[in-house]
Amino acid sequence: MKYVDEFRDPDKAKMLISEIIAITESLEITEKHPLQLMEFCGGHTHTIFRYGIEQMLPKSIELVHGPGCPVCVLPMGRVDDCVALAERPNVIFTTFGDAMRVPGSKKSLLQAKADGADIRMVYSPLDCLELAKKNPDKEVIFFALGFETTMPSTALTVLQAEQEGIKNFSLFCNHITTVPTIKAILDSPDMKIDGFLAPGHVCMVVGERPFDFVADNYNKPLVVTGFEPLDILQSIWMLLKQLDEKRNDVENQYARIVPAEGNAPGMDALSKVFELREFFEWRGLGSIDHSGVQMRKEYAGFDAEQKFSVPNLQIADPKSCQCGEVLKGVIRPWECKVFGTQCNPETPMGALMVSTEGACAAYYNFGNLDELLGKREKKAKQQKVASA
Amino acid sequence: MSSVVANIRQRSGKCRAETITMAHGSGGKAMRDLIDDVFVTAFDNEELNKLEDQARFDLSALTNKGDLLAMTTDSYVVDPLFFPGGDIGKLAITGTVNDLAVGGAIPLYLTCAMIIEEGMLVDDLRRIAQSMRKTADEAGVKIVTGDTKVVPRGAADKLFINTAGIGVIAAGINIGTHRAQPGDVVLINGYVGDHGAAIVDARGEMALENTIETDCQPLNSLIQTMLEVCPDIHCMRDATRGGIATVLNEFAQGSNTCIRLDENAMPIRNEVRGMCEILGLDPLYLANEGKVVAIVPADAAEKTLAAMREHPAGLDSAIIAEVTDTPEATVILSTSFGGERIVDMLVGEQLPRIC
Repeated sequence: MKYVDEFRDPDKAKMLISEIIAITESLEITEKHPLQLMEFCGGHTHTIFRYGIEQMLPKSIELVHGPGCPVCVLPMGRVDDCVALAERPNVIFTTFGDAMRVPGSKKSLLQAKADGADIRMVYSPLDCLELAKKNPDKEVIFFALGFETTMPSTALTVLQAEQEGIKNFSLFCNHITTVPTIKAILDSPDMKIDGFLAPGHVCMVVGERPFDFVADNYNKPLVVTGFEPLDILQSIWMLLKQLDEKRNDVENQYARIVPAEGNAPGMDALSKVFELREFFEWRGLGSIDHSGVQMRKEYAGFDAEQKFSVPNLQIADPKSCQCGEVLKGVIRPWECKVFGTQCNPETPMGALMVSTEGACAAYYNFGNLDELLGKREKKAKQQKVASA
Repeated sequence: MSSVVANIRQRSGKCRAETITMAHGSGGKAMRDLIDDVFVTAFDNEELNKLEDQARFDLSALTNKGDLLAMTTDSYVVDPLFFPGGDIGKLAITGTVNDLAVGGAIPLYLTCAMIIEEGMLVDDLRRIAQSMRKTADEAGVKIVTGDTKVVPRGAADKLFINTAGIGVIAAGINIGTHRAQPGDVVLINGYVGDHGAAIVDARGEMALENTIETDCQPLNSLIQTMLEVCPDIHCMRDATRGGIATVLNEFAQGSNTCIRLDENAMPIRNEVRGMCEILGLDPLYLANEGKVVAIVPADAAEKTLAAMREHPAGLDSAIIAEVTDTPEATVILSTSFGGERIVDMLVGEQLPRIC
């Protein structure tokens, strides 16, 4: 298939893998001290697992799967708020499909739908405006979710609703931002990451510059990365090249999509409608300053949080859940105490088991479960012996 | 009674209504007219036309054909009712016929129960009944008894159909998920994922440029051809909901073997691949309605494949995987990119109401 197969060419993959092996050998990294590279974005995590990239890489490289899956990091309290909004009378609650299964403290949107709430899946926020026009006696609330990638489309929908004078449409805004989150990971004391694969689609909107601080202030290399398997391999190679040459730069592997300065009209729409929140709660990482956006006062009429009251309760994750440590690369997904047993894709306890883009769900679905559980037991035994 | 009145009373029914009302399920004349005019006219066979409360058949006619009686049932709730290449009626026949056929049975008789939502168009029902008859003829089965219920608006979505079927399995056939052995070879009779993709396409939400047709077809003739060439087929299932990923997992778990799938060997249409790319779906989990996955001993693989490719329902057949011993109860995909990954059972749903 055109523009797809070119980026999945197994021969080019072999060439890149041998280049990667050559550099890691010259970097003198051993299996005991694997190099940790973080792919921030859940889309990258999905590609890595779908194509089996991790097993193709030398053991001296460890991929740490970051928090870049907006469905995964949504706190349970916010899901409860969604359910509360959806269960109001005369509300049509609209959402992207992958948010349906995220568990709240009592139920998911899927369960609320089964209990009678009018919840509908949409493919674009613009579909909500059509629904609002067709149902003038109902309020259509859109569950706005995602990083900077999806913000422009939400913002443009609000601007169009304003232009068309649609009054029965509002957003429940849960958009989150990448930069403060990467910063929070970099500031964490147990952080061991050596380089970053930056989210290509976020950069398509915001450009490369917002990530300069990773190289300038934290001295870590960063490569803006595309989503096909060859994109990922090439970006890993570019990171290794920087490490080998002792450089810390922001480089762009995804130049066919990402202009250095980003998407100006998209950014305009985004900043017209949204402003930074003081802080936003992340599942697995806790509260991070300025990591979410809310609607500006001028657009309060389209803000479901201002139009309707929501419970807005903070619900703590179960104590046994170690998502935060997995996100920072301190432990591997299968090393979590509840991985694959109490926490599995059907009954997820932690954020990372929720969506197929979450690191734990990816290991559970695509990794060899018995092998991983075996590894975990072995490690637990070793620790017992060591502490005894 | 005057002869005019008697004539009117006895006149066999013609359903003149345009839409179904609750009266069509009341047990009275409106229902009898609907059954006569729409269902009996379409299905028309000796066993059904007697209009008794049960169909009756000669036991010796069944025992002549084989050793074992096979029975199955399935309900059909697909939305929309009509889609490129098929409709709910065609599906209701092929689905039940195929469930019998993959056990090695020769399907013979089907039942048909209709649950109709008030307000449905009688013409749509007629089209669906005719499609069922046409498909039953293709599969060589008869619809011999049925039931009609009408429920108020909102209590069902337009039409739900249940069909049950019986068939006969010839002596010496022993197909079971526990029988896959290391060294065996896995075959499929053509492109995967067409039905699931066709339903997404037919719902019109994606406004795709291409029309993808369902693969909905009876498999019993193809399967009998396969059994003639290779009577010792070890495992066989039709890959419906959950796609071929689910069927292969059932084989791997049932027989405690590993199935190694080759992504490059998998027949997938470009249109289906393209749609999966856009929607983030995996064709391995997309539904099929005319695909059989069979595991045969290695020495029978080539001749079975050749026989399948000569049959109209198997022109694009391919060998897609082999059975090995470890890791047990696991399906592994060798990706076209050169990596490997586990293919697990589907968690949750990929698409609702596809069959």
